[in-house]
Amino acid sequence: MTLAAFTPAAPVRKSWFERLGIGHVLLGAFLLLYPLIASDFFLTTIGGYSMILGMIALSLMLLAGYGGMVSLAQITIAGVAAYVIAIFGENNSNVHGFGWPWWIAAPFGIFLAALFSAMFGWIAVRTEGIYTIMITLAIATASFYFAQQNYTLFNGFPGYSGLRAPEAFGLYWREPRPFYYLCLACAALAYAAVLYGSRSTFGLTLQAIRDNPRRMRAIGYDVTAHKVFAWFLSGLIAGTAGVLLAWFNGRISPGTIAVGPAINILIIAIIGGLRHPIGPFLGAVVVVLMQTFAIDIVGAERFNTLIGLFFLVIVFVSPDGILGLWERFKPSQDRDGWHSRPDGTGV
Amino acid sequence: MEHNVAASRLQGTGAHALELDGVARHFGALVALTGITMRIAPGERRAVLGSNGAGKTTLFNAVTGDFLPTAGRIRFFGEDITALAPHERIRRGLRRTYQISQLFTNLSVLDSIYLACRGVSRRRFSLLRPSLSDPNMAQAESIMHVVHLDADRDKLVGTLSHGQQRQLEIALALAGAPRFILFDEPAAGLSPTERRDLVAILNALPKYIGYIIIEHDLDVALRVSEYVSMMHNGRLFKEGTPEEIENDPMVQEIYLGGGHG
Repeated sequence: MTLAAFTPAAPVRKSWFERLGIGHVLLGAFLLLYPLIASDFFLTTIGGYSMILGMIALSLMLLAGYGGMVSLAQITIAGVAAYVIAIFGENNSNVHGFGWPWWIAAPFGIFLAALFSAMFGWIAVRTEGIYTIMITLAIATASFYFAQQNYTLFNGFPGYSGLRAPEAFGLYWREPRPFYYLCLACAALAYAAVLYGSRSTFGLTLQAIRDNPRRMRAIGYDVTAHKVFAWFLSGLIAGTAGVLLAWFNGRISPGTIAVGPAINILIIAIIGGLRHPIGPFLGAVVVVLMQTFAIDIVGAERFNTLIGLFFLVIVFVSPDGILGLWERFKPSQDRDGWHSRPDGTGV
Repeated sequence: MEHNVAASRLQGTGAHALELDGVARHFGALVALTGITMRIAPGERRAVLGSNGAGKTTLFNAVTGDFLPTAGRIRFFGEDITALAPHERIRRGLRRTYQISQLFTNLSVLDSIYLACRGVSRRRFSLLRPSLSDPNMAQAESIMHVVHLDADRDKLVGTLSHGQQRQLEIALALAGAPRFILFDEPAAGLSPTERRDLVAILNALPKYIGYIIIEHDLDVALRVSEYVSMMHNGRLFKEGTPEEIENDPMVQEIYLGGGHG
């Protein structure tokens, strides 16, 4: 035996394909090819809208799953960006509409949403658990009524209409395929950022704060500052979704940021699961499909009952949402040798 | 070399590691601490003994800033830290462990110690994943070795045994460059073997690191300390060497329940 045999082996470097994981590759391929099989309706009203709601729910997952802070104000934060698009961009409500180009209005809206998010967070981090939910619900409710009653800035009840998605690179980005791919790109970027960030130093810090804020102070961390920064990051995601929402609907009104939609985001996140960033997107697809087709099944007056019942069943059967069901199902697949177990480290 | 740096810094200031002047803490009508005056030299290892409810942990909480004292001043190596936030005190080299383990149950052992090392470094904030060349990661590995947790590096903290969690408590306090540590009943719930390990770990700490240890097990407390302060009803009532304290009739009456002399 040669000496070389005793040399410790270098750590095996995984290829990018292995690091990405077979699940991500298959999902990515499906989403990229989805426009080939989907109608325009399924591309935007189901696909694009699911990804927008999924991003808002992802911003909640970041706060709740990693930071232990459940917020009901995520749709409000998305609304900030949407109103910026309406007020600083173009609208046909004859109120404001400063005509800023999209490439200034959109980043400005996202940044302002993140600042508002950090401000909401700065108020909310003084509380824990149910009190955080109550404070953020109060912020969401107050914002809704303020937007509804203030005509100077928010144009009151009707809000703003005639918001147009940009025309750039030879494409009108509200057409079904471009809009779908725009939503997919934003959602994929947000998903990848959260997944990567969960194992970053900041991500570990946030999870440690969730587990034991007192101990984090005792090892030198400014707990409040880290929590507020998590709200800022969450606001970037919700703000991006807010811009897409404005372009998707072509309008923004107080109804978009009402208490009902605020609670919907929480329902989406819980149905999907808060333990992994894919959960909010799963929840969004399920809720959007139900919102769209429940009317055909049980009629217009009962579709919310159907969604409510489905929510109850999910929470009852699997507190971790659809992700929890998947986790239960997955080991049996492994035993059968259908696929190799992922190493769990993610991307 | 770190010892020399610390020693020269101390000679420069000539300050005590920890100085308490008339520290008091009231909770409404309840007087948890009153008139605590204590001076602890750099590198000194002191035990604080007393029955349950004597105010020992309250004293630690006041020193680490978990709550502010109602009256009195606290100085750490000459600097008045009475009004500083807890994380600011930690960054100055103060550390503590808790009577009931305060850990991150969903993080791994290595991640927990890494965060503790990073928390007192200048670059504690990063949106990037820790790299293998990160010096904090190297320090985390070496601390893990000191507290005998190498084999459990990737285990979730919530799955560790009680004894291992107590070891991790100490590991978190050793992260960074501690100058003074407050140990709150580190031997609570440990087996005799684990207690021997604990004594070995405490006695092997670099000499420039001083500490105060609260411990009900006199066997442990008197073997790892050079000086002892006795507390009763929120007051300090006796100080001395371990031998003096062990043979003091009043101490035996109050702390050991009488019948020992």
